[in-house]
Amino acid sequence: MNKVMSNKKIIALYVLPALLLILAVVYIPIILTGYYGLTKWNGIGSPDYIGFDNYAALLKDTAFWNSAWHSLLLALFSGLSLILYLAIAMVLASKIKGANLFRKIYLIPMLLSSVAIAQLWLRIYHPTNGILNSLLESIGFDNPPAWLAEPKLVLFALFIPILWQYAGFYILIYYAALKNIPASLEEAAKIDGANALQIAWKIKLPLAMEVIKVTIVLAVVGSLKYFDLIYVMTNGGPNGASEVMASYMYSEAFKSYDFGYGSAVGFFLLVFCLVATWLIRKLTATKDTIQYS
Amino acid sequence: MTSGIASPMRKGAEGSGSGMAGKIGYALLYIVLIAVAVLQLFPLVWLLFFSLKNNQEVFDLPPLSLPMNPRWENYGKVWSAGNIDVYFVNSVWITIAATALTVIIASLVTFAITRMKWKGSSFVLGLFMVAMMIPVHSTLIPLFSMFNKANLIDNPISLILTYVAFNMPITIMILLGFYYALPKEVEEASVIDGCSVNRMFFRIVLPMTSSVLATTAIINIIYNWNEFIFVNTFISSDEFKTLTVGVQNFIGQYTTDWGAIGATLMISILPILLAFLFLSDRIVEGIAAGSVKG
Repeated sequence: MNKVMSNKKIIALYVLPALLLILAVVYIPIILTGYYGLTKWNGIGSPDYIGFDNYAALLKDTAFWNSAWHSLLLALFSGLSLILYLAIAMVLASKIKGANLFRKIYLIPMLLSSVAIAQLWLRIYHPTNGILNSLLESIGFDNPPAWLAEPKLVLFALFIPILWQYAGFYILIYYAALKNIPASLEEAAKIDGANALQIAWKIKLPLAMEVIKVTIVLAVVGSLKYFDLIYVMTNGGPNGASEVMASYMYSEAFKSYDFGYGSAVGFFLLVFCLVATWLIRKLTATKDTIQYS
Repeated sequence: MTSGIASPMRKGAEGSGSGMAGKIGYALLYIVLIAVAVLQLFPLVWLLFFSLKNNQEVFDLPPLSLPMNPRWENYGKVWSAGNIDVYFVNSVWITIAATALTVIIASLVTFAITRMKWKGSSFVLGLFMVAMMIPVHSTLIPLFSMFNKANLIDNPISLILTYVAFNMPITIMILLGFYYALPKEVEEASVIDGCSVNRMFFRIVLPMTSSVLATTAIINIIYNWNEFIFVNTFISSDEFKTLTVGVQNFIGQYTTDWGAIGATLMISILPILLAFLFLSDRIVEGIAAGSVKG
């Protein structure tokens, strides 16, 4: 038995396709990104080693820090939106008939491509024919703004479709976590005279905490790497007002053909994501984890 | 149990004192949930409506007016004239090829990690799990240059390789729990019967996992169908583009024809919506199981 199940040839045959692929497509490129960041390179010839010049320039590049700031803002918005999602999930998990149907309906936008969502919301925000401004005009707002052309509004306007797209995903996760809490705990609290709010705050929230921590990492790291939707809707405009790290990297590399500098930005993006993951885990770490039953 | 009215009242009361207040509270909760559902569906309904109108109807009629004489010709027009048929076929075959490869390769490695005995299995598993945290954008420039050197730029193989690699971790993660839970007797019985590992895997284990395989497959299909940045970077000729990039280019050229844009978008999301209609339980299960990928 043990002999058969530790046959080296078979193990190699089963493991190597996946292992080689992940090394070649994920890990080697990550190392190369670090290396290319130390070079001057237009993507065609061979990269010239220039030491830390790109990183030195990056530290002084206001356009880059602007994009990093926008990514951080989106991460903050996404983090805060979790409160809203959690509240909806709590309502959904409170013995609602048809809860299953609701959570399925909520999930639909999350299944669609970001390109389709971006194109749809471009129409929704269309200054003259979009449904948003049509509705605003019909209830008496004259001259509603051109949402995506206003540097002060554009980031908020971009966040709405993101909020819309991911709602179902987080509600689904929270709903599952809340449904996992044994009903006996709630019953016991009710007998002790706790009201619905107290039960939500004192019992459900702490018991769902582990899941909430995971979603904070997901939401924050996910927003640090937003690209598709922003690339299609504004391409970082107007005038860099909605540029984020990934879109900045993309335009440096594939529009300005500065692959060395683009790689430096890409490497920063990786570091940002890893640091954010580590930091959130550290900040939300608790010494004693609560047992369900 | 004696009174038929008492139990729903208590259900609705949710800890509040009087039944009437409880009922109102319950109704309010429903209103909130329905409002959220309307917000989630409303943009898509509007999209369906304007995909069936011409520009005059879009601009002159109220935005939520029903398309009285639906212009199905919008769909026919973009299907052939907009190259959407080519993009659609590409999306279908690239999605299926990448999904099939991912599911089979991930099954092999998950079997080896969970059921076979070898040094380094937990390290290899760790490699796959850590890969989930790496942003695809940070690999884009080297991948572009590697595929360029290998002459795979503007070749669907570059897409299939990246899709398989980047969906591998999530697929393994969904499969893991299932493989750990398989009873030990499966291997014992087949080894005693003189079954080879290959035979055991393909004839016994793989069929046993068919339900979780279906879940991973549908999740892979959704991710592959919607993928944008790799197609946008690696593929330049129309004959290999998939729907996401094709739709984006098409709309870039026909920015003023709302009906055509709506029809194109509807065509690109319809397969996923149909899949959801029939497989929603599996999709929900897969997304919940693989919730690490955001």
